[in-house]
Amino acid sequence: MSAAQVLFILVSTVTLFSAVMVVSVRRMMHAALWLIVSLLGVAVLFVLLQAGFFAMVQVLIYIGAISILIIFAVMLTRQVMSEKIPQLNRGWVAGLVAAGGLMIILAFVFRDFPGSLATTMGDPSAGDVVTLGKALADPNGFAIPFELASILLVAALIGTIYIAMERKGGEQ
Amino acid sequence: MIPLSWYLLVAAALFCIGLFGVLARKNTIAILMGLELMLNAVNINLLAFWSYLHHAQMNGLVFAAIVFAAAAAETAVGLGLIISAYRRRGSVTANDLDTMKG
Amino acid sequence: MQTLLWLVPLPPLIAFALISLFARGKRGLSHWVALVSAGLSFLGSMTLFAWAVGRQDLLENPLAASTNWLPTGGSWLRVGVLLDPLAALTLFFVAWTVLMIFIYSVGYHNYGQPVGAHDLPGLPPHGAELKGAHGKVPSVEPLYARFFAFISLFAFAMFALVVSDNLLVLYVAWEIMGLCSYLLIGFWYARPSARDAAVKAFLTTRVGDMFMLLGMAALYSLTGTLNFREILSNPVVLDTLATTLSPVFGLSWAALIGLLIFAGTIGKSAQFPLHTWLPDAMEGPTPVSAMIHAATMVSAGVFLAARFFPLISAGWEAGQPLTTPMLVMAVVGSFTALFAALIALGQRDIKRVLAYSTISQLGYMVAALGIGAYGAAVFHLFTHAFFKALLFLGSGSVIHGMEHGQLATGDAADPQDMFSMGGLRKKMPVTFLTFLAGALALSGFPLLTAGFWSKDEILSSAFHGNHLIIFIVLALSALVTAFYSMRQVTLTFLGSPRTPSAEHTHESKVVMTVPLVVLAVFAIAAGWFGVPGSFLGLGAFLPNFIGNFLGGTHEAEAGAFNATPLLVSVGVSLTGLFLGWLVHRKQSSPSIDPLKRGLGFVYTALERKFWVDEAYDLVFIRPAKFLAETVTSVWIDRGLLDGILHGIGNFGNWFGRTLRRVIDIPVANGVPDGAAAGARWSGLKLRLTQSGHVQQYLVTSLMLVVLAGLVLLLVLNG
Repeated sequence: MSAAQVLFILVSTVTLFSAVMVVSVRRMMHAALWLIVSLLGVAVLFVLLQAGFFAMVQVLIYIGAISILIIFAVMLTRQVMSEKIPQLNRGWVAGLVAAGGLMIILAFVFRDFPGSLATTMGDPSAGDVVTLGKALADPNGFAIPFELASILLVAALIGTIYIAMERKGGEQ
Repeated sequence: MIPLSWYLLVAAALFCIGLFGVLARKNTIAILMGLELMLNAVNINLLAFWSYLHHAQMNGLVFAAIVFAAAAAETAVGLGLIISAYRRRGSVTANDLDTMKG
Repeated sequence: MQTLLWLVPLPPLIAFALISLFARGKRGLSHWVALVSAGLSFLGSMTLFAWAVGRQDLLENPLAASTNWLPTGGSWLRVGVLLDPLAALTLFFVAWTVLMIFIYSVGYHNYGQPVGAHDLPGLPPHGAELKGAHGKVPSVEPLYARFFAFISLFAFAMFALVVSDNLLVLYVAWEIMGLCSYLLIGFWYARPSARDAAVKAFLTTRVGDMFMLLGMAALYSLTGTLNFREILSNPVVLDTLATTLSPVFGLSWAALIGLLIFAGTIGKSAQFPLHTWLPDAMEGPTPVSAMIHAATMVSAGVFLAARFFPLISAGWEAGQPLTTPMLVMAVVGSFTALFAALIALGQRDIKRVLAYSTISQLGYMVAALGIGAYGAAVFHLFTHAFFKALLFLGSGSVIHGMEHGQLATGDAADPQDMFSMGGLRKKMPVTFLTFLAGALALSGFPLLTAGFWSKDEILSSAFHGNHLIIFIVLALSALVTAFYSMRQVTLTFLGSPRTPSAEHTHESKVVMTVPLVVLAVFAIAAGWFGVPGSFLGLGAFLPNFIGNFLGGTHEAEAGAFNATPLLVSVGVSLTGLFLGWLVHRKQSSPSIDPLKRGLGFVYTALERKFWVDEAYDLVFIRPAKFLAETVTSVWIDRGLLDGILHGIGNFGNWFGRTLRRVIDIPVANGVPDGAAAGARWSGLKLRLTQSGHVQQYLVTSLMLVVLAGLVLLLVLNG
């Protein structure tokens, strides 16, 4: 077993454990923090996948923005629900069975998928950030999806503001 | 050295955990968190495939980038909706938002 | 001449049409139209008669014409006219009597009198109040024009019957006369007795007519024709019919057809057993009784029998035994003559006596034909028409006088009851004298009256033909006839008035008395044209006009003159007359009949007409009513037929209800209702899946995905 594999197993274990914590702890603040841990673990996995740029993006966006947002929301709604009662709803067994079933199916699918035995990654020099940037701005490349994503963000923001705004003037 | 299947399995596991969270948690924000986990699993999947099979093309990266953007936007909108619903109904329990009941 | 013969029956028919269409309610116009038409037919008839007597060989070459009428397959039914001696004689007396009666009717129905305030159409008029006069005066008949229309129709039918040359036309005219008889007997239709009498007359004559129709059919099918000359003047046809046997009782066809035709005569001429309608027919006004039931319609029966005499007597020669129909006729006729004469003795109503007298005299004629005395029968028909019409019109005059007296005094006596009368000879002299002439003629008063000559000829034929039983019966009838005639005269005219009504009668108007006088002349004089050649010394002076005219080929020559029948007839007539006067001359009570005490139980039998009507009621009427009212109406109609219909109706009802119960409600209603209920039930159940909980939706869909995936995996791998 090589160092990369050991590292991988370690990071995966952390990520999965914290993910399980996210979905099972009662107190929302703890769940949010566990989420942050899980996202960090995913960032490390990105690094292992030679997508360093995305690791950075992950930390910046997910942890820096989205998780903060979630913590804000948790704090805003904290008084509402008591944190002593069970957090799993009545049909959690069905949910468990469904998720477990899906896992099993996916496992079998991966086993049969021929490409899943590949062990070598590609040349690290290709696929760097500069190339990515060029591809994103290139009209023959992915400029249009890029622009569409921008529009999506704008629309989402405006929509959110509108929805969340109080009728009497509200917060910005 | 690390087979692709390990990454895929991890991603699948993460996805299913997130799915469990979406299906089984009462608090709406907890559901959103599970949703985040699912999206991250998707990203892992995408990048793993890109890295092992299609390293020369930018498709995988661009896709992952768009997923990031979409996830962020979606989280923002979702939280806004939760706040709004909390304001109107006074609750963040998913089961209390049952106006679609027929 | 032939054209005139065709035209003779037409004026009364046109009068009927004109009166019915244009003169309804107009009295003067209607009677003038009727009188003019009767007059025209009269002139035509007289012209034809005069022409006929001028011809020598009328019997062999009668005036005849015919034309095609109805097509029947390969041949035609024809209508035509025939004037032979029989028709000419009949035409003579029919024309005279019809005209006299038409004129008389004007006065009888009180033309010129005021309209009665309480007179209703359909009831006889009963007087009008007149200011200044005490009591009431006679009022005019409300249905005046209708009467003249009907008698015009009747006159048409009679003329047509007389001049017809075949049996079909004769039968049509015969039936029209039956219809007119019904209409006129029931003229005062608001009276139930009149209505019943009309129906009775029609139905009784119908029985006879039915047999006559059978005879007609047999004749037509055997000979292919109904023309009189072709059958009755054709010896070959007669011989064949007389010798061919029919399937009935071993009679020859001639005998069978003769009997069937005679059945028509029995009905129409009121012989026993179909005589019951004639006395009841006196419900009609007196001119009707005179015309239809004395002079013309009942004579038509005898006329028919006389026409068919060659057929009835086919195969018979003088001196030989009578053929079957002749024997039947002789027996029926003589029996009827005596039977009816006896009943006439017990009657109080002046018209009833005359009705039975008519039946009796017709019996004479039928009996005469039966013994083969064709000429005597026709001669008696000729004279009887005149004196019977005279007697009826005279009785009408008497009744009129009595009614006037009744209206003036308000007396309650029956104006037609002879016992309420008396002493009318002083009040109504003309009526008295003419009535007396008629009564003497009826009784056969010797030498002076027509009735003597004709009746005597019948009696002598019976005597000479060695039909002694018939001779005795007819002689007895003559005795009774004379008795009741004198009884009638004595009670009505002689003695003194027995009731206030009789006191206040007075002579009828001229328009009524003149026809009486004319008919009286004929009643006396008509006999002198038929004196047999071998009669005492008179035969040399007066040729037997009528006998010669008729030809006498159908009867035996009288041979040597024998005094016996003459003495018998004279004796019988005078005795009867004397007895009749003797018994009733001192009648003072208006109610008690001396005969009653004298005859006792026999009188009751006579008064009750030998209970013939009661017997018919028991044997025919009641069973028919039972059949109609109970068997068919209640049992069959309501019970069976209605039962079937109700059963079908109920079944239909049941079927419908059952269908509804079994199919309609459960299936036709149930299925859609069930579908709706099922949809609702399933909706209620499925609704539970819509909990509103999003996570639940997700779980459900994911489960399905997992399931699908598992299935795919297993399928792909296994």
